[in-house]
Amino acid sequence: MSTPTTNAGPQFYEQTWDLSYKHALGETTSRFLGALTEGKILGRRCPECERVLVPARSFCDRDHCATTDWVEVGTTGVIEMFTVVYEPFKNLPAPPYALAYATLEGADTALVGYVRGLDLSDQRTAVAALAVGTPVVVRFSDDPTGTAADYWFEPAAGSN
Amino acid sequence: MSVPNVGVLGVGQTPYVNRRTDVTFPELVREGAQLALADAGVTIDDVDAVVFPLAPDALTGTGNGERWCIEALGAAGKPFMRVNNGGATGMSAIIAAWTHVASGEFDVVLVAGAERVSESGSAQSVLNKMWDVGYERPIPLNTITMLALSAVRYMHLYGCDETDFARVTVKNRRHAALNPVAHLREEVTVDDVLASRTLAWPIKLGDACPSSTGAAGAVLVSERYARAHGLDPAWIRGVGQNTETFWMNDRVGPKALQDHGDADALATAFQRAYAQAGLTDPTTQIDVAEIYAPFSSVELHVIEAAGLCGLGESPKRLAQGDFALGSAGTVVNPSGGVLCSNPIAVTGVARLAESVLQVKGRAGAHQVPDARVAVASAIGGDHQFYSTLVLSSDLEDIA
Repeated sequence: MSTPTTNAGPQFYEQTWDLSYKHALGETTSRFLGALTEGKILGRRCPECERVLVPARSFCDRDHCATTDWVEVGTTGVIEMFTVVYEPFKNLPAPPYALAYATLEGADTALVGYVRGLDLSDQRTAVAALAVGTPVVVRFSDDPTGTAADYWFEPAAGSN
Repeated sequence: MSVPNVGVLGVGQTPYVNRRTDVTFPELVREGAQLALADAGVTIDDVDAVVFPLAPDALTGTGNGERWCIEALGAAGKPFMRVNNGGATGMSAIIAAWTHVASGEFDVVLVAGAERVSESGSAQSVLNKMWDVGYERPIPLNTITMLALSAVRYMHLYGCDETDFARVTVKNRRHAALNPVAHLREEVTVDDVLASRTLAWPIKLGDACPSSTGAAGAVLVSERYARAHGLDPAWIRGVGQNTETFWMNDRVGPKALQDHGDADALATAFQRAYAQAGLTDPTTQIDVAEIYAPFSSVELHVIEAAGLCGLGESPKRLAQGDFALGSAGTVVNPSGGVLCSNPIAVTGVARLAESVLQVKGRAGAHQVPDARVAVASAIGGDHQFYSTLVLSSDLEDIA
C-alpha cells in the first residue's frame, strides 16, 4: 500500500438553516400589541410589589405571582439607557439606528424601543441627544403591523 | 466544611484563532480532550464520566452537536451530560463536573469542548433570538447592544468615560501578548482603541472580544483519588452560582432593585464561592482573577462584583496601574482574558484552565509571581447566568 499523493486541501460544505416558526404570543402580549393600534401603552400591576410592569406581563418576575390589573400608562417618559448602532450585523437592520429603554409616566419598569426623529450621522451629537434622563414621547405607527415595532420613541419637543 | 474537596488534575487549551480548516468540529473537540488528559497524566480509560459544554446549536450550525462528539470525547460506555448556559456554558460544565465528583459518585470526570463561531458569521443574528418573541425580538437587540446599554448605565452611575474602557483593553492586550494561546496578541494604545470604529456606542471594535475558534478541557478528580495516587492537583475551594431576572426593563427605573450598570447578582455568586472557600477579604487574599468580560466595559463592574474594589472605583484603580501584571495586589486576567480570546462554549473552561496554571506556577510568561489563590467567573445570557470558582494550589486555609 502506498500513501495517496493527491494534494487535497481543506474543502467546505455550505449550508443555510431556513427555519420558520409561528410563535403564540399569548393573551397578555396580544392585548398589549392590540392596544398599540389605539395609541395606548398598557401595563399590568403586581398585587404584591404593586409595580406596574411595562410591557404588560401576566406574572411578576420578582414575586412570582399573577399580575391582576390592566393599567394604561402615559406616552411620555425618560431615557434610562440607550445605544446607537453603527455596525451592520447579518440579518439585522441596516445601521445607524438608536435603541433606548425609557420609563413611561405611571410605569415602574422601562420599555425598549427604537428612537427616531434624530440625525444619527454625527455620533457625538446623537449620543448627547439621547443622554440618560432625556424626556421622550411615544409615537405610534399609522400603519400598524401588530408587532412591538408599531411604536417608537422620539425626543420630546423642547428637549436639547 | 462539609463540602468535599475536588481537584483539577489537568487542563488543556489549543491556541485560539479565527478559524481552523484542518479539522472538523469533533476533531477539534478531541484536541481539547487529549490536551486535558495528557496534562492530567490519565487516559480516557481512567475517566468515569464526561461533561460537554456546548453553547446554542445555531452558533456551530449543528443540531445537538453533543451527539456528533461522543467518540471525540471518548464518552461511549460512560455517563454523559451536555451543558448550555450561554456564555457561562464552560464554567457551568465545570460546576456540573464538580458536582459529579463532590457527590461521591465519580472519581475522574472529563470536561472538554470546542467552539468555531467563524463558520457562520451570523452570531449576532443567532444571539438576537434570545429575546422575548413578542416584545423584544422586533427590536434588534444582540449581545453587543445589551452590553452597550449596560456600559451607558455604568457611565451614568459613576461618571467614567470611553478612555476608562480603553484602558481595560490596553491592559489585557499587554497580558495576551505574553500568552501563547491568546487570540489577539498585538499590544494597543488608548488612542488605538478610541480611534477604532463604533459598533454600538460606547462599544468600539477595540473594546470587543474576537470570535475565537479553539478547544479547551479539564480533568477533575476526587480527593480520595488524588490521595490514593499521590497526586498534587489544584483544588476547587468554592463554587458560586446565581441567576438574574430575564428583563433588562426591570434593572432600571425608580423601583429597580439592581442596576443594569452593575453586576449585583454576580456579586452574590462571588460571595457564595468565597463563603464556601473561607475567603474573607478578596482584596488581600486573591492573587489572580480570571474573570469573564467579553467587552472592556464589563470588566469594570465584574472587578467590583468580585469585591476587588468598591462600586465605581475600578476605572480609577486601572488608571493608576492596578490589576495589571507587575502591580501589587490582585492581577486581573493575566491571560488577556475573554477580551483577547472568546471561544464561547469553552470560554468558562479557559478561565478555570488559566486559574489552574496560575496557582500551580505553570503560566510561563504571564505567571503572577507566587500565585496561590485564584478566582474565576463566567457570565451567560444577558447578564443572567453567573458562575464563580475559587481555586488554590493546596488545601491549606485561605488566609
